[in-house]
Amino acid sequence: MTELSDSALENKSEYMKFVVQFHKTMVDKKLVLAYEGEVTQDITKAFTSMTDRNIRKIESDEKIRKKVYHVMVECLQNIAKHADDDIEDLKDYGEGGHIKSGIFIVGSDSKEYFVTSGNFILNKNIKDLTDLLDNVNALDKDGLKELYKFKLKESTLSEKGGAGLGFIDMAKKTGNQLEYHFEPIDDKSSLFLLKSIISKV
Amino acid sequence: MEPLIILETDDTPSIHLDAIGKFEFTGKSLPEDVSVFYDPVISWISEYAEIATTESKFIFKMTYFNTASSKILLDIFMQLEEMHLAGKSISIEWNFGEDDEDMEEAGEEYSEIVEVAFTFLSY
Repeated sequence: MTELSDSALENKSEYMKFVVQFHKTMVDKKLVLAYEGEVTQDITKAFTSMTDRNIRKIESDEKIRKKVYHVMVECLQNIAKHADDDIEDLKDYGEGGHIKSGIFIVGSDSKEYFVTSGNFILNKNIKDLTDLLDNVNALDKDGLKELYKFKLKESTLSEKGGAGLGFIDMAKKTGNQLEYHFEPIDDKSSLFLLKSIISKV
Repeated sequence: MEPLIILETDDTPSIHLDAIGKFEFTGKSLPEDVSVFYDPVISWISEYAEIATTESKFIFKMTYFNTASSKILLDIFMQLEEMHLAGKSISIEWNFGEDDEDMEEAGEEYSEIVEVAFTFLSY
């Protein structure tokens, strides 16, 4: 993105071509929202209400709209919070500018809505996240309900408890598995991508 | 005891706690920092637990809450459970929208975790 906008200063038509292509991609992929940058509570509130309004025009089923809203809140707050957890470890090595940043995309096709988030994490956390997500993806509705109750109870006993409650809840409410990917950035950090699917009826 | 009245915002619920017999939580809950928002509520209930004499019915009419809030709600229900176990008369009325299965299910899950009488009402 940055490189393209820099070159656009020298060559306007290249930049315009990019914008046309970018717009076409957004339309083709039916992207309701695409964002790269810092995620704060105000941004979370603005995105959720804006997207809720936009989806209202194309989705009449309130239950589905609520699910999209719910997954958006969990994903956005995940980026905002987990960035904070790691901030001390990350700031030593030059990736500082990206710490609180993330990517956030909401789109749809004929069968489903999808909410994708991406944020920077430390590589040492990849194993725990993978275990947690694989565990969530291996469970059926009843299994998720039990795990959710277990984690909820655990959360009242310790500050650190309840880890992954958001993931469990997203899988439980959408009834779909969570797709994920870790894109290596350097030897310390990766971009953690998470896609959640809300089926249209 | 002073009542605790918190007005609804776009990310926090309206809360009305009054020892003369009104205990209500209404709206959405997705605050930036759940502890900061709910600490006064937890403190108020702890104080009320000491002086409660009459039957106390806590009415919840939540339309949405995030997972961080769900942990705090359980903390609140556990305070109510402690009051119940200490012999106080406590009940929880859980209201949910007619078609809101998620909210209905959330109430059921809480009722399975804590030992307090839950009444379920759809609107």
